[in-house]
Amino acid sequence: MATQSPVTAVLDKTQASQPPRLFLATLHEWVTTVDHKKIGLMYIGYALFFLVVAGFEAILMRIQLAIPNNTFVSPQAFNRLFTMHGTTMVFFVGMPILFGFGNYLVPLMIGARDMAFPRLNAFSFWVSAFGGSLLYFSYLGGDGLYGAGSAPDVGWFAYAPLTARVFSPGHSTDYWTLAVLLSGIGNIGTALNIVATTICMRCPGMKLNRMPLLVWLYLVTSMMVFVAVSPLTAAQIMLLLDRYLGSHFFDTQAGGSAVLWMHFFWIFGHPEVYILVLPAFAFANEIIPVFSRKAIFGYPAMVAASVGIGFISLSVWAHHMFTVGMGAGANTFFTLSTMVIAVPTGIKIFNWLATLWGGKIRYTVAMMFSVGFLFQFLIAGLTGIMLSASPFDWQLGNSYFVVAHFHYVLVGAILFMIFAAFYYWYPKMTGHMLDEKLGKWHFWLFLIGFHLTFDFMHIPGILGMPRRIYTYEADRGWMLLNMITSSGAFFQAIATLLFVYNMVWSYFKGPIAGADPWDAWTLEWSTVSPPPAYNFATIPTVESRRPLWDLKHPEDPDTRYE
Amino acid sequence: MIPDASGTLLSLALLQLHLGWSLLRLDPLDGVKSGTSIFAPAGTPAHTIFGLSMLVLSICAAIFVIVGGLLLFVLIRFRQHPSDQNSEREPAQIYGSTQIELSWTVIPIIIVVMLFLATTRVIFSTQHARRPVESLDVTVIGHQFWWEYRYPKLGIVTANELHIPVSNPATPTPTYLTMSSADTDHSFWVPRLAGKTDLIPNRVNTMWIDPEQAGLYLGQCAQYCGTQHAKMLLRVYADSPADFAAWVEHQKQPASQNPQAAEGQAVFQHNACISCHTVAGTVATGKFGPDLTHVGSRDTIASGAVPNTPANLRTFVDNPGHFKPGILMPPMHLNDHDLDAVTAYLVTLK
Ligand code: HEM
Ligand SMILES: [Cu+2]
Repeated sequence: MATQSPVTAVLDKTQASQPPRLFLATLHEWVTTVDHKKIGLMYIGYALFFLVVAGFEAILMRIQLAIPNNTFVSPQAFNRLFTMHGTTMVFFVGMPILFGFGNYLVPLMIGARDMAFPRLNAFSFWVSAFGGSLLYFSYLGGDGLYGAGSAPDVGWFAYAPLTARVFSPGHSTDYWTLAVLLSGIGNIGTALNIVATTICMRCPGMKLNRMPLLVWLYLVTSMMVFVAVSPLTAAQIMLLLDRYLGSHFFDTQAGGSAVLWMHFFWIFGHPEVYILVLPAFAFANEIIPVFSRKAIFGYPAMVAASVGIGFISLSVWAHHMFTVGMGAGANTFFTLSTMVIAVPTGIKIFNWLATLWGGKIRYTVAMMFSVGFLFQFLIAGLTGIMLSASPFDWQLGNSYFVVAHFHYVLVGAILFMIFAAFYYWYPKMTGHMLDEKLGKWHFWLFLIGFHLTFDFMHIPGILGMPRRIYTYEADRGWMLLNMITSSGAFFQAIATLLFVYNMVWSYFKGPIAGADPWDAWTLEWSTVSPPPAYNFATIPTVESRRPLWDLKHPEDPDTRYE
Repeated sequence: MIPDASGTLLSLALLQLHLGWSLLRLDPLDGVKSGTSIFAPAGTPAHTIFGLSMLVLSICAAIFVIVGGLLLFVLIRFRQHPSDQNSEREPAQIYGSTQIELSWTVIPIIIVVMLFLATTRVIFSTQHARRPVESLDVTVIGHQFWWEYRYPKLGIVTANELHIPVSNPATPTPTYLTMSSADTDHSFWVPRLAGKTDLIPNRVNTMWIDPEQAGLYLGQCAQYCGTQHAKMLLRVYADSPADFAAWVEHQKQPASQNPQAAEGQAVFQHNACISCHTVAGTVATGKFGPDLTHVGSRDTIASGAVPNTPANLRTFVDNPGHFKPGILMPPMHLNDHDLDAVTAYLVTLK
């Protein structure tokens, strides 16, 4: 089963204190669990599995594009690959891994014993995991594996009317629709749970303005999930109605509107990017202060900027539609709203800089990934500003420049922070440290690969190479750049495998972590590693933003600064 | 020993700077027959966008150098010294500063406002440009996976190769494209002439182009439109006024009637070819596929996929999916004799 990745397999061992049990009993325990930590780990395990799968799809695409006129895969197989890669990365890697960390960390960091609705939590997990399985089952449906079954080939954005029955006969689009629908239901359930948990379950003394920034960011993210994922769910249902019950929302052959789908999709799709990146910010907010030994600079501004990003991001969706002929007025408005988002984002970057300033920076692997994040997110932000100038976007939209830009966000920022989060919290989750030496190899290989791949993708875009093409002519001057790009993908693949290996190896051989290996300050480090089912022997009470700092520095407690 | 992360940053910064530098010096036509670089503009909209792009690029590059440099400085300057490894000393805790935070809110706002104003000018100057009297109208219809061009005032219908007159900056003769789609979304993108505009069913979009030099401008469909999206190539021929007039005259002629090709014409007319293709002046009036009245005079077939040679034509008719798997024209299952005859006929449709 997909979810039996090394992480979950390894985690069975966390029950070490109990007598050895039969496989079936263990399985039963995991399947029926409502413990937020186990659910979090299952999310993470299943996301890691899909990260490897979708990464493999990316490699296949890059082999095909390494040289012009290649015939490594057929056109349709290629279209399926980018559809599956995009859909998987967004819905079955990004969302679950972030919700996994959220599930695990939020209750611990607010001093609670579990989520507000433990059973809803389990339900949400299983619904979205079922969505992922359904998506991949499509490879077996229809003509089976060899003919690549009924895997969808309409892109992760699934623009109408390509998804209408005339243009997409068979069931491939239905697999896509149902998989996304299910994952959406799961996400809304989890988001609801996180909001309820942070509002209702905080331990005594944890006022809203004492919550760790991570918890704040998860609160904002979860609120955004309601607003953004609901229209997506509605759109999926409308699409199903079109395909099976003869409605014509998006069926242009019967007078429906293709632009309507775009609005529905991007009202979800743009905030989605922020839904993915805010948790990455959340990790940075915890990791950067600890490894520079400083309190986060400008806590209130960080909260305000996050809430601001949450709101503004809901008003920028049509910057994905600068070329659909909205007219000068609309293009101007969406240029402005998109550019404005640079302001709160800038505040965040500068506050991180100020946090590092005057610190005592320890370059652990977690910190190295965070440093890469800062740098790469800066670049992603700047190319984002370029694209927000709609005339520039008329040229570069749907070109490889865009692919480079959003992978700087998705990989350079989000995936780098996810890796950082693993190196930081793995000891808490398993009780063992990850190997730092292997970690450095992982970091360097990934970093080199990342920049080889995505840096060099900017230029073919400028040279006129559109995205979502399975091949290109040799005379366009795109060849060398594509070759470099493809070679970088292999570095990233090797690095990722090294990371997975590190997780398995460290579980057995890694040094014992102890409760607080990083000398950190938030509540999760006050309980043993891994935490027991009930989290805390006694529910903690807090008096400041950094309760463990207060304990460790009674002469200079945080409480004085509030 | 693996260098620490400040080394990381240094190498990253160098790589980025190098990349940025080579970007600015990019020779757009280097090794490229008929470039598709947005940095080699050859018409007004592309020129205007290029100007804005350079402004935006330089502002962003400046921000990158300043903020990236600051980041580098901090990460090197404040790294933990080995001597400090075991000391319990914690750095001074600073919780924030309203003045500093205000300043890095206000400065970005000013930059954003500047960029926004510059952008707005370009948006309006392109989308609300005054249309000169001397201009040409072309209707562009996107199809899976080819382009249909109609010249309503000239009575011409053609496919895949768009001919337009060169535009003289003194007396501009731009071409106005009125665009829509017959099936899925497409996007018209010829980078050296203008930004892209989508072709969407049930919706009419417009854009204009005015190449200032005669020549061939390449591009391709930029919106994923199905299996063969990759080979929905665009070719725009900018002709001198005299050449354009001659081309128009030629296109207005009905298809040539060549007795030697009569057999091929019969094959064409007795098969399903005519349900999808038009050949003006004959019984073939199909609309699903490209108009073939003057197919023999085009440089390429299959929407730019391969050169228009008799051998390629024959292969294409025999098995349309050979050059473009996933193409919507079905194989006609003709025998060799009929294939040869039809090929001979198509070649004469000049
Ligand atoms: C080794 C790392 C990766 C490589 C080499 C890679 C490569 C690619 C390539 C070649 C494409 C197709 C571009 C096109 O023709 O439009 C693509 C699309 C995409 N990728 Fe990645 N990718 C990687 C990681 C990721 C990650 C981590 C995410 C998200 C969390 C992601 C999200 C996407 C999305 C959303 C698309 C668009 C799919 C579509 O057009 O429908 N990728 N990627
Ligand atoms: Cu197209």
